[in-house]
Amino acid sequence: MLTAAEARKNAPLWVRLLLPKDAPLYQRNDALFGWLMAFPALLILTVFLVIPFLMAFVVSFTNQRLISPNPAEWMGLRNFERLLSVRAFTLEPERDDSGAIVYQDGGIVYPRLRNFTRKNPNYPELDGLREFTSWQSGDNRTVILVADVVFLRALINTLVFASVIAPLQGGLALLLALLLNQALPFINVFRAIYFAPVVVSMVVVSLLWRFIYDGNNGLLNNLLGILSFGSFQPVDWLGNPYTALPAIMAMSVWQAVGFHMVIWLAGLQTIPASLYEAASLDGAGGWQKFRFVTWPGLRNTAVLVLIVITIQAMGFFVQVDVMTRGGPLDATQSVVYQAVQRGYDKQDIAEGSAISVILFAIVFVISMTQRYLTRERR
Amino acid sequence: MNAMSFETRHNLSIGLRYALLILIATIFIFPILFMVMSSLKPDLQMLRDSASLRAFLPVGDISLNNYAEAFERVPIVQFAFNSVFTTSVSVAASLLLNSMAAFSFAFLQWRGKAIVLSLIIATFIVPFEVIAIPMLLVANNLPWIGPEGIEIGWLNSYHVQIIPFIADSLGIFLFYQYFRDLPDELVEAARIDGASIWQIYARIVMPIAGPIVATVAILKFLVMWNAYIWPLMTIRSEELRPIMVGLQYFFQLNIAWGEIMAYLSMVTIPVLIFYLALQRAFIESIATSGIKG
Repeated sequence: MLTAAEARKNAPLWVRLLLPKDAPLYQRNDALFGWLMAFPALLILTVFLVIPFLMAFVVSFTNQRLISPNPAEWMGLRNFERLLSVRAFTLEPERDDSGAIVYQDGGIVYPRLRNFTRKNPNYPELDGLREFTSWQSGDNRTVILVADVVFLRALINTLVFASVIAPLQGGLALLLALLLNQALPFINVFRAIYFAPVVVSMVVVSLLWRFIYDGNNGLLNNLLGILSFGSFQPVDWLGNPYTALPAIMAMSVWQAVGFHMVIWLAGLQTIPASLYEAASLDGAGGWQKFRFVTWPGLRNTAVLVLIVITIQAMGFFVQVDVMTRGGPLDATQSVVYQAVQRGYDKQDIAEGSAISVILFAIVFVISMTQRYLTRERR
Repeated sequence: MNAMSFETRHNLSIGLRYALLILIATIFIFPILFMVMSSLKPDLQMLRDSASLRAFLPVGDISLNNYAEAFERVPIVQFAFNSVFTTSVSVAASLLLNSMAAFSFAFLQWRGKAIVLSLIIATFIVPFEVIAIPMLLVANNLPWIGPEGIEIGWLNSYHVQIIPFIADSLGIFLFYQYFRDLPDELVEAARIDGASIWQIYARIVMPIAGPIVATVAILKFLVMWNAYIWPLMTIRSEELRPIMVGLQYFFQLNIAWGEIMAYLSMVTIPVLIFYLALQRAFIESIATSGIKG
């Protein structure tokens, strides 16, 4: 009589590879079938998810292009430096021979910035940087110099976009969910209506809202004109650098708020009715019920909703591509839009990958925060 | 304060709630309504109507001219065929591949399964946008057996629009969760009766997986029908372009809003009808996908 371990030793290679160590030999068909059934999906996930993901990290350290006769070379951190370098630099005023500050037209005269940033041997670390922003500090002028003005704009826009969208959309979605979470006839009709934009493509929504936001005949300007009895001055919502990003935010909330409303609703329905009855018996009013029954019951949903919105918002691209192409004055540049511009339009896969890695780093931190927040009080 | 006034107050509060519900509903409906109504009007009238409530009504010079012109300007039939083809193949293939993998994870024992499953769950946090660019490089270097033998590069084809999306970790996980919660006796009883593994999958487990099949199908349908960023990067020729990328024709040319609205209506109305018909299933799919955690 053979022991299980001995039988295993004599079995063919595939059995030894696939069968779990503690499983009896007669289950070898299970192991083979199980592996075969999972194989097609695993192959595709490997080729189109795992490999691209790992490649993003490798390629971002090279100068890989989509199509190139030359093999890619290792560049170290060059791509990341080119994207992320930020330096503060202080310009001191021009002084005349007596050491007094030179004024012209009522303002202090400073040396030209490009004397320092264009191949100045005394300032090699500033070479090629450009001014991002600057401010006055005493007589001096502090200048923030960056290597890639457009990418930094895109990064800031994306972070602003996500940090406005997350509380705004999450909060509105909760209000809608609370409104829908009552036993009224036809409530499902309203739920269906509020959710409808979610199934409409963002491409369609963006193009439609381009007309709504139009500076001349746009619906929004007309509506505001009617509501203010004609005193409202029409705004070119997407053509003005101050309104373009907020306009895209408002539209994005309109499109996606139903999605998160449904997640809140599912969360609301897990709160037992008996808790509300108990609260009523204790004399709790509407707000107190929300504060002490509803909200504590929604804690994990809240974290989930905020994280999901934030991660979705970090990837915003279609709105920019269809509505503004990053303009006006880079006011609507986004990280993914820049990744596509460089990785696809300019075929610079390496730089596009470096941008993707930066995006993943941000998303990873957000996801880990979620893990941490939901684990804490379980 | 008597019973009457309480009832009046109650009715008033109900009335106010409906007023609020309806007011909010208009915010969601009116842009879509505007799109459909404008698609029926000549450009000049559409611009004039946008200053009043007429924008949302089928009034004035109503016709299907915009549709006819949109058909003339771009090969809509070809685009629609491409989208229907890539979407339906992807939905069907993803149902098969994801459910097979999930079945294996839920019911069969093989070495390394636990690690593979936890890796699949870990990939949830990788958004498509992160891998899109390196995926372009991968797709550009994969071999394919074409009519002239082995070719390198998948760009500009149907398969580059389909194959990368026919397995996804969320789909596998949703099936897995459903299978895991089925009673063990179901499978054990079939085994004792001598059913093969494939028979258990195809005849016993899949036929009762209706709700999750609907969920995975709907999620995949939405992703594929609305696909934009990936076909934008991988498809060059017009004959292969899906319907959302086809919209780009209208960006550059002099803006003919009526035709745009006609095109937008054509790509949206079928989805909206589909959604309204299967409303509960759509909403439940989203709720399930959101709660994956």
